[in-house]
Amino acid sequence: MADAALIETDVVQRVLGAALARGGEFAEVFAEDRRGTAAVLDDGRVEELSTGRDRGAGVRVVVGETTGYAHTADLSEAGLLAAADAAAAVARAGGASRVVPLEPVSAPRPNEVALAPETVSKDRKIELLRRADDAARAAGGAVSQVSASYGDARRRVLVANSEGVLAADDQVRTRFAVTCVAVGDAGMQTGFESTALTLGFELFDTVDVGELAAVAARRALSKLTARPAPSGEVPVVLASGSGGILFHEACGHGLEADHIVKDSSVYVGQVGNLVASPLVTLVDDGTVGPQWGSFAVDDEGRPAQRNVLVEDGVLTDYMWDYVRARKEGRVSSGNGRRQSYRHLPMVRMTNTFLINGTDDPDEILAQTPSGVYVAKLGGGQVNTTTGDFVFGTNEAYLIEDGRITEPLRDANLIGNGPEVLRRIDAVADDFAMTPGTCGKDGQSVPVGCGQPTLRITGVTVGGTTGA
Amino acid sequence: MYVSRGVETDVRAYDGEVESLSSAASAGVGIRVVDGGRQGFAYAGSLDQAVMTETLAEARDNARFATPDEHVRLAVPDGHVPCDLDVWDEELAATPVEEKVRMALDLERRVRAADPRIRQVSSADYGDMASEAAIASSTGIAASTRRTLCSMSAAAIAGEGADSHTGVGFSAVRGPGDLDPDRVVVDAVQRATRLLGATKARSGRWTVVFDPRVTSTLLAIVASALSGEAVTKGRSLFAGRLGEKIAVPSVTIVDDPTDTRALSAASHDAEGLACRRNVLVEEGVLRGFVFDTTSASRAGTTSTASAVRGGYASTPVAGCRALVLSPGPLDAPAILADVGDALYVQSVTGVHSGVNPISGDFSVGAEGVMVRDGLFAEPVREVTIASTMQRMLLSVLHVGADLEWLPGVAAGQTLAIEGMTLSGS
Repeated sequence: MADAALIETDVVQRVLGAALARGGEFAEVFAEDRRGTAAVLDDGRVEELSTGRDRGAGVRVVVGETTGYAHTADLSEAGLLAAADAAAAVARAGGASRVVPLEPVSAPRPNEVALAPETVSKDRKIELLRRADDAARAAGGAVSQVSASYGDARRRVLVANSEGVLAADDQVRTRFAVTCVAVGDAGMQTGFESTALTLGFELFDTVDVGELAAVAARRALSKLTARPAPSGEVPVVLASGSGGILFHEACGHGLEADHIVKDSSVYVGQVGNLVASPLVTLVDDGTVGPQWGSFAVDDEGRPAQRNVLVEDGVLTDYMWDYVRARKEGRVSSGNGRRQSYRHLPMVRMTNTFLINGTDDPDEILAQTPSGVYVAKLGGGQVNTTTGDFVFGTNEAYLIEDGRITEPLRDANLIGNGPEVLRRIDAVADDFAMTPGTCGKDGQSVPVGCGQPTLRITGVTVGGTTGA
Repeated sequence: MYVSRGVETDVRAYDGEVESLSSAASAGVGIRVVDGGRQGFAYAGSLDQAVMTETLAEARDNARFATPDEHVRLAVPDGHVPCDLDVWDEELAATPVEEKVRMALDLERRVRAADPRIRQVSSADYGDMASEAAIASSTGIAASTRRTLCSMSAAAIAGEGADSHTGVGFSAVRGPGDLDPDRVVVDAVQRATRLLGATKARSGRWTVVFDPRVTSTLLAIVASALSGEAVTKGRSLFAGRLGEKIAVPSVTIVDDPTDTRALSAASHDAEGLACRRNVLVEEGVLRGFVFDTTSASRAGTTSTASAVRGGYASTPVAGCRALVLSPGPLDAPAILADVGDALYVQSVTGVHSGVNPISGDFSVGAEGVMVRDGLFAEPVREVTIASTMQRMLLSVLHVGADLEWLPGVAAGQTLAIEGMTLSGS
């Protein structure tokens, strides 16, 4: 794609110079141009097709322990200089503007994009919604409502800083989701399924939205006859790709360096220690195309990389952004991300996953006399200070005598990160990933999660019936 | 056509220094075109004339792809007179950034010094914003709103090692003069320290007493089920239950954006109609829902001026703005004394994953303090509480007198509900 740079290099240099003029030790310009399309079908009707564009830049100046930040939607030199001046206000010492030599960063794209969303007609995007609606309604008369949504986004970024980094990225993301409501004698139940990858419209060459809708419908229908989830601590088997959100919440957030340097994580001082079952090797990797959390460079211009966080149960490292790494005299691990040019970057996960073990998934189930089988997880949340985390279920069943039996209604599961990781006693070889959105400190970014089928010997299930 | 612009300042203090200082101005436009019952929408983060012209053309083009729907239409002036709201504090613009920085640094220092058990203040923030929005339509709507918001918050960590707990205190008001830093300090410290030594409680059925902040979170879920959009599309646990008893008689729920005390108070809704007071649940009986123009038409009624929108980048939808549960006679200590033994819940987690406003299934993580003989006893963590929304509304024992105006769509007060399932050890 032969698009012009978001900002000319000589302008970037003058803006960096102005940002350093009051004595700043580090300055950065982050520019972003985001275009997106969203289409929603609801209640049998294409309700809305919307398109939008947001572009702007943020200037960051670091002096000592202090960061100044200002952003603007005005990408002209005058607009950028005004932002640089506002960000530089945190630095009070005198200083002189200097010319920063810039060196382009080369980083491979995690994957190629074959069909850029803006080259695909709006009709074809709408057609997907209708196909999903038809397929979900065909799943059974009890399906009373279907909502399908399509979204694509192209995000071009440019990052330059006073250490000479000049990096650019062109990120394309496409997603599709279906939510069904089914009505039965005991009320309404919902089912959800989605796909999301860093691909263009070619995503739909391999993903059949009809099948995806059928899965959402089946989830809603199966819960119509579901019994309430049990209450209490039981063994839990998580199906492959049901949502590696378990690891994202149970330890991912606690391994983010901002929580570490502020001593607000249970994993502080644990590098080199056994923090999980030896069956656990956990990786955060922003280079795996076309997973939802991938990119060529992070929002600080650092190339994405593969970081092993936990190896055979031993904590090997945390995740770092520029500011926290600088404080420790090391380099960023490519985990500096932000929601948009309106936000300061912070330490964020990319694609976080548990790698394959050697067990057979069917054997794991067969050797679990009783418990809960989670086929699909919902969202989750963690308190990094205590390590206590919750995650919800979207599709779960009772396990009786090593077999999946009755469907269960939705419930949250609660556990303590380090404790639950130690209780993993079986890991299968059927790895799969799922997309998600991670929220932290008011900012949302796309992430991937993944895990093979695994068993936890005891997790508290927050249902209403005796376990 | 909807335009908005705003300025904001955020200061974060850490360890006696300014960790970050952000200042920003932003603006944008969202344009909705309705043509023969078909709606198209486009937005841009700019008020540049050329960009707006391009955005209008996009919105017009997008309308071609929607399915015609007789109910999709723009709001028409309905004669309601807008209330005279003063939610703009001039003092905000007059406060120098140095003063805002001083407030954040001061707050951090005070939280650190407040109690020897506080070993860390992971954030101490000052934030403010001044925003304006205007809406005009070809159907004769012309309205504008403006507001200021100002807040302070602190997250304190008490304890050591595995027995560490975070407590958050905040104050959210219209202008710097109304901030209550004392309250922020006390809340942050008390909420962190009272959890020290917390353990998992035994599973069983308990009366649960919710802190006002948690009640506000629960009401926000009730709010989503009272949206005319959810109801007319059969996606609410309240659909088809108008006139039925859905709660005990002590429960009266009103959405009143014209009450200046609500942080989200507004003279006009997101379609430009004058906001008004809407009674939704009266003495336990479901009396109404909140509607925007389209969902009202679908339900065969008129808009309750309850259109809300996330900003210029999204379209209006029916929603509550300032939900209030009418206060009861007892304050928090009297409620605890009356229930005797209960779990007092200070905060909940997993609300998005564990509460379903369609099925009503309810299961959240909780931490708090056991109440024994009406007094706070041992702290509790890593438990879940579960029930259904339907059953909870019919099991309310007490609605507190201690109403607090909190950020978000709902106010909160102490709330006691019996017969919830606690899952722990």
